[in-house]
Amino acid sequence: MKNSINNAFRIAKKENRPALISYTVCGDNTKERSLQILNSISKDLDIAEWGIPHNCPTADGKDIQNSSYRALQNGIRLNDIFKLVKRFKKLKPSKPMILMGYYQMIFNYGDKKFIQKCKESGVDGLIVVDLSFPDNKNFAKLCKKNSICFVQLIAPTTTLKRMKEIIKSSHEMIYMISTISTTGSALKYSIKRIIKNYNVIKKIKPSKNVVIGFGITEKTISNLRSADGLVVGSAICREITRSLEDGQNPVTNVGRLVRKLKNKIL
Amino acid sequence: MIKLRKKTPLIDQHDKFGFYGNKFGGNYCAETMRKPIEDLSKLFEKLRKDRKFLKKRDHYFKHYLGGETPFFKLKNLTRYLGGAQIWCKDVSAINGDAHKAYHATVNALICKESGKRYIAGDTGAGMFGKNLAMAAKKMNLKCKIFMGTKDISRQAPNVKFMRDAGAEVVPVDSGSKTLVDAVSECMRHYVSNCDNTHLAVGSAIGCNIFLKICAWSTSQISRELKKQLIKEFGEIPKLKLINVIGGGSSALGFWNEFIDYDKKHVELIGVEAKYAAPLSTNAKVAILHGAAQYCLTNKEGQIADTHSISAGLDYPGSSPLHGLLKDTGRARYTNASDKEALAAFKLITKLEDIRPSLEPAHAWSECIRLAPKLKKGDVLVVNNCGKGYKDKKIYIDQLGYYPK
Repeated sequence: MKNSINNAFRIAKKENRPALISYTVCGDNTKERSLQILNSISKDLDIAEWGIPHNCPTADGKDIQNSSYRALQNGIRLNDIFKLVKRFKKLKPSKPMILMGYYQMIFNYGDKKFIQKCKESGVDGLIVVDLSFPDNKNFAKLCKKNSICFVQLIAPTTTLKRMKEIIKSSHEMIYMISTISTTGSALKYSIKRIIKNYNVIKKIKPSKNVVIGFGITEKTISNLRSADGLVVGSAICREITRSLEDGQNPVTNVGRLVRKLKNKIL
Repeated sequence: MIKLRKKTPLIDQHDKFGFYGNKFGGNYCAETMRKPIEDLSKLFEKLRKDRKFLKKRDHYFKHYLGGETPFFKLKNLTRYLGGAQIWCKDVSAINGDAHKAYHATVNALICKESGKRYIAGDTGAGMFGKNLAMAAKKMNLKCKIFMGTKDISRQAPNVKFMRDAGAEVVPVDSGSKTLVDAVSECMRHYVSNCDNTHLAVGSAIGCNIFLKICAWSTSQISRELKKQLIKEFGEIPKLKLINVIGGGSSALGFWNEFIDYDKKHVELIGVEAKYAAPLSTNAKVAILHGAAQYCLTNKEGQIADTHSISAGLDYPGSSPLHGLLKDTGRARYTNASDKEALAAFKLITKLEDIRPSLEPAHAWSECIRLAPKLKKGDVLVVNNCGKGYKDKKIYIDQLGYYPK
């Protein structure tokens, strides 16, 4: 299953569309439910991202905060997450799974032990929001050694010089933050400007798969379809919140939303 | 064991990644923040060497904040406790009522220099919020203060002050609704607005540059104290410097000029709130608000809940610089309970004219414990870093009165 992330991008490219990547919080709102949600949307996804909830998230907007809060309230722990990943991979062996979280959760568990556990459970990639370049060099190396893709982030504030360094040290996937914001706020920049930033990155190293995230919704997704991949997170978390508040089944509702998102990029 | 470097300011003892002693601090932040904090670091390094800027800072400290704060002996308390001589560095006499005035003023000055028009800060007890609001008004900046809803209600006088000064107080209702959540929310605000907003972190915490600016600003306290000690004693006598620790900004300011002294000569004692005491209860190192530090967490690594009657101390983390001072053995840390702090306030205000806020009441509590065990020749200095009026309601609720 090596390089399954690359493979996911290859398939999407063949179909002439961006890869669709979901972000949900593992354990939202319960362990079982979060697995059911992911399982039900995975047919429309190219890559699944699961958030590791943390109670001091400094880069997340309200929607993901709410999801993390629910997951923590229901007692999710790191070892549960690894078990759930394992179960997911058993259900969908070819679907790449990326875990995303804050470094404190990894640091507390121990870098080596964490990466080892990721490998054992079938995690394909890692995004660590607050472990940025160059502080992430050793961690990224450790990931590579264990065939896990460490996904670097590039922001609108990243300088060209820094961007080049980040891309040079990156693995097969790079995450471009669309706009200066926490997760889930409206796009502050025009689509044109976002695409322009995206093209700068692609020009430096065309072979890297660059995905755009932050502020991707039903409304914005089709305009950004020229990207290698698009991440939808807060919009899904918001749908889970809404479903729970309205006493509806989040599994069906999120399934419907992701289907719609997929249709917009076909 | 980690060692401190002599003749190097404490704030500068980090490596190129911002780590102190290979272990504390760093820059654990989102990629979006990297460039803005790098720009801020460059600006700060330039300004701290810039004579014109230093002159401006000193001008503001003198004319806007009221200049040197008093240093005096507490004769009644000394007599009552019958041990060491007890002295007070009354930082609460500053315009702005707490050490946060230095830090807030410097941040507003830096914001001005950076060309940004917006300034955002977090606050627990409201002392930083109030001073930032004041400084922003003075320098014509738009100010946002993030504060937990629990703190908004328990520190109401300061909230009113902030609003009257024209600042927007943003209530933070997530998590424990206290300082830790206010800092998180303020950082999130910065992540979203770093192109036009200067972030003023309320204590010596956060990514490297933020704690540097903070400790650099509050060090005015020890610069004054050194002079005042020499004036009183003709030399730096054998001392114990007692300071309360929340994030730890006032202690760093109070101790800065004395770091190079042998600890037998100048002992540094930090006092935390009993149930928010990462330094004195052997908490693990954790990453919180952008830096590695001693911090209370649960087994899973989630940041733990804390409790203190004092909003300024109700915080699970501690400055990375205190981690360094602890691990090098330069400072020692202890704690005091709500009850002990209240009892200290009661005794101090009965015997003396000072009215400490709940935060320094914790430091006074340690002073009261320690003084009787020491000799007349020993000198204890307590940083009375905040004025008590903001806690009037809490004191009345707890003690039944607030002294005149």
